[in-house]
Amino acid sequence: MAKLRQIAFYGKGGIGKSTTSQNTLAALSDLGQKILIVGCDPKADSTRLILHAKAQDTILSLAAEAGSVEDLELEDVMKIGYKDIRCVESGGPEPGVGCAGRGVITSINFLEENGAYDGVDYVSYDVLGDVVCGGFAMPIRENKAQEIYIVMSGEMMAMYAANNISKGILKYANSGGVRLGGLVCNERQTDKELELAESLAKMLGSRLIHFVPRDNIVQHAELRRMTVLEYAPDSKQAGEYRTLAEKIHANAGNGTIPTPITMDQLEDLLMEHGIMKQIDESQVGKKATEVA
Amino acid sequence: MSMTIDEKKAQNAALIEEVLKAYPEKTAKKRAKHLNVHEEGKPDCGVKSNIKSLPGVMTIRGCAYAGSKGVVWGPIKDMIHISHGPVGCGQYSWAARRNYYIGVTGVDTFVTMQFTSDFQEKDIVFGGDKKLEVIMDEIQNLFPLNKGITVQSECPIGLIGDDIEAVSKKKSKQYDGHTIVPVRCEGFRGVSQSLGHHIANDAIRDWVFDKTEDKRPDFVSTPYDVAIIGDYNIGGDAWSSRILLEEMGLRVIAQWSGDGTIAELENTPKAKLNVLHCYRSMNYISRHMEEKYGVPWVEYNFFGPTKIEESLREIAAHFDDTIKANAEKVIAKYKPLMQAVIDKYRPRLEGKKVMLFVGGLRPRHVIGAYEDLGMEVVGTGYEFGHNDDYQRTTHYVKDGTLIYDDVTGHEFEKFVEKVKPDLVGSGIKEKYVFQKMGVPFRQMHSWDYSGPYHGYDGFAIFARDMDMAISSPIWGLSKTPWKTK
Repeated sequence: MAKLRQIAFYGKGGIGKSTTSQNTLAALSDLGQKILIVGCDPKADSTRLILHAKAQDTILSLAAEAGSVEDLELEDVMKIGYKDIRCVESGGPEPGVGCAGRGVITSINFLEENGAYDGVDYVSYDVLGDVVCGGFAMPIRENKAQEIYIVMSGEMMAMYAANNISKGILKYANSGGVRLGGLVCNERQTDKELELAESLAKMLGSRLIHFVPRDNIVQHAELRRMTVLEYAPDSKQAGEYRTLAEKIHANAGNGTIPTPITMDQLEDLLMEHGIMKQIDESQVGKKATEVA
Repeated sequence: MSMTIDEKKAQNAALIEEVLKAYPEKTAKKRAKHLNVHEEGKPDCGVKSNIKSLPGVMTIRGCAYAGSKGVVWGPIKDMIHISHGPVGCGQYSWAARRNYYIGVTGVDTFVTMQFTSDFQEKDIVFGGDKKLEVIMDEIQNLFPLNKGITVQSECPIGLIGDDIEAVSKKKSKQYDGHTIVPVRCEGFRGVSQSLGHHIANDAIRDWVFDKTEDKRPDFVSTPYDVAIIGDYNIGGDAWSSRILLEEMGLRVIAQWSGDGTIAELENTPKAKLNVLHCYRSMNYISRHMEEKYGVPWVEYNFFGPTKIEESLREIAAHFDDTIKANAEKVIAKYKPLMQAVIDKYRPRLEGKKVMLFVGGLRPRHVIGAYEDLGMEVVGTGYEFGHNDDYQRTTHYVKDGTLIYDDVTGHEFEKFVEKVKPDLVGSGIKEKYVFQKMGVPFRQMHSWDYSGPYHGYDGFAIFARDMDMAISSPIWGLSKTPWKTK
């Protein structure tokens, strides 16, 4: 058996991380890879398309019921979905209470200690939004994910988040060996999106590993709680995810240490591509009524 | 042969310099600001204070939780104080600081009991508010005579953002306005326990005074009502103080907080005068009561007959001639008793040198008591004092006294080694270090399980204890086997 590969998908909230990752992992399993998905989002929707259902029994909700995480068995939390993909959801508190970050740490430690990674080729972490605290950086810390794939688009805030995540990776790159595997652009049909994504990837010292075009078939599949790979395996979009899966599979060891950029550099990039106009400093902080 | 004052100052200055040599440059520079030789006539002791302790040194300080739970709130005897968070903070503060109280523990008083929410991982991840509600319900069921509940926050509460205020309000409403006080005294806040005192004072203001106005309209005032503020009744200190005030004709309507009750706290704004012993931990609420309710406050010192006399006169000065005359009677009554104590112990203690390192008020307040016994305090410092404490210290210390703020383990050991005092007064963590050096030692936080030390009764015990420590034959018997004479 080949060495276990651990990868993680990060990106701005709502960018399509879970959709992209599940479709790609479904395609990877079509390539014969045994996969474990670890959802690291309190919403627990990282495995919905693989399981055809929202995972009800998250590690943390079961642990809370049982008393503590030590009271759980692996079988209690692991679900088997499409093509035998193993799925676990970390889960976490309701919005606004407790500490979701600590929950991620607890869950990942539980999975490792209980041998959840035995017998799989891939472990994939799907992590919410930005790297807001130490807990959500858990998958990129020592001996966890080797490659991070950042899902982004041509929108300013998505690029901003991608840059922030790169900073997180850089922080742990030297101590733990985590690398940026590449950027995945999930098309939003913004202006010059491909060009921008490629430029940003370059500035971050990485590359745009794939540009996933927008296709409504993804929504059709999602409504049925399915991946495109399962819903319409012969569609063009399924082919796109297969290509991405192959690229990721071939990308082992090719990750780089990212070179995050400053906010000014990011704005310059947008201006360079004509997305953003040169800021007139005299207009900064002025209300519409003042400008008129 | 005794040194001149200038020689002593030069020697102390050289000692500070020597002690600082052990540090890296940056640390030495910072610690230098906390060490000084007192110059008479200066407005303070010339040291920086209330600043973060440095990494790598051993500090004697505690945390904000210790200041609130351990000092201010813990002694309120008819309330239940929940150590909210993981079990350690509660476990290690169990049984309190020898804050004596009257009552049936577990029935109507709870000081030496320990209540904790014992946080587990799931409480961190999902938040502890629900658990807190359950604990409050259990408390109401199991201890129906409790007169109130406080929530003493440990570090994780602030980190995960639990809404203990909302829980407190909800449960207070459910239990017919039962006093429930959330205290945001997370340990990581501030530089020492000092901020915890302040936070606890503010919690009394916001959750006791502001919530319970006119809760006791049946309270009948007299012109002689005083409240003892900042006496934690260690070994019965507040009791041996209270009787003197009562002998003077005053009525003590509250003790803050040793042997105190929530009803006493609620009544305190009706006092005619607040008498404040530990300025550091309760000046905040005293100032507030002065501003909001017009209750004046006066600092006093009940250590040793000299200071007690001064204090009794100063307190009496706030009242009519009857009280003033009574104060003189009290002073006259105890004078021969105190003289007997001094006559007994002074010959053995005369000229003995003392070094102190304690908390809120004792680094200055006990100096007079030692001087009454003919002893001399040659070095002193505060764990968590502020500049106003060091200003007040100038009224007590002699020219050339060694001053050390937030002293480190290294500094204290070196100072004692070189100054060679006859007695060190500090805490349990310091005790065995110095005793093993062959230096007599008394714990000046817990009175070494003795006390009281306040008031006239306390002075007799204080004098006996100091004599016992210094004159014990044990020091002549200890030998260093690897050193031949």
